[in-house]
Amino acid sequence: MTRFRKRRKTVVVSFAEHEADILANLLRNLVELLYDGLPPRSAESSDPLAALLESDGPTSPPEDVVLQRLLPDAYKTDDLASAEFRRFTERGLREGKVTDAKRVLSALEESGADEIALEPDEQLSWLRALNDLRLAIGTRLDIKDEEDYSTWEKLPDDDPRRLTYDLYDWLGYLQSALLHNMR
Amino acid sequence: MSTAPSELDSPEVTEAIQLSPPWMTIVWNDPVNLMDYVTFVFQTYFGYSKQKAEKLMLQVHQEGKSAVSNGNREAMERDVEAMHSYGLWATCEKS
Repeated sequence: MTRFRKRRKTVVVSFAEHEADILANLLRNLVELLYDGLPPRSAESSDPLAALLESDGPTSPPEDVVLQRLLPDAYKTDDLASAEFRRFTERGLREGKVTDAKRVLSALEESGADEIALEPDEQLSWLRALNDLRLAIGTRLDIKDEEDYSTWEKLPDDDPRRLTYDLYDWLGYLQSALLHNMR
Repeated sequence: MSTAPSELDSPEVTEAIQLSPPWMTIVWNDPVNLMDYVTFVFQTYFGYSKQKAEKLMLQVHQEGKSAVSNGNREAMERDVEAMHSYGLWATCEKS
């Protein structure tokens, strides 16, 4: 059973060992997905200004539906502007998401069965990483709208999607419990 | 004799147009993101009060979208990028 409690601005979370393993596995998959299809930097420039101005990100949306949801177009009707936005931001966005996921991952790996104390900036990484996982699973399950939930809740135990939906539900509980303890 | 031109360029009009922020950040409804989380993001990133953040979140939830910020194009692209970093579905639009 996952437990959260608050100590001033610190949120303390403790997982059952198998829960920590499940979360770590999901995060490893997410990291892999985010690295997937990202072209290596074109020039490993030693000039910091050139590195800063470098804009070698992709210009078309990712093929994977989960990545499309995590990295959506910035313009509804202007493909050219969306492509330019992608070129300048997608690499950074992917790296930011990987950083958040890895931060949670290393906390889980270091803690073992112990409690994990989260300072405010770590709490933010956890919130974002948990949200990315929910988006990833929600997209894979093809959850379409709020009315869907009653159907999902009633999935029979032998439905192959049952386990995935339970994970999704659990991640929602984690995110909302963390948020509640941050207030 | 010359007459004054019948139409003068009016600087006031031009300025008035430029004063209204030409771009906005739209956040779209999404069946996955939790309502509390969306409110939290609006408070944390934009520094909005809880009341304003909740109002915008409810607008997203009930009307399908909400304009959460406005300004020049670069600023809106920064906001859209930030929303994407939080996993919110956002786009840039001309006001």
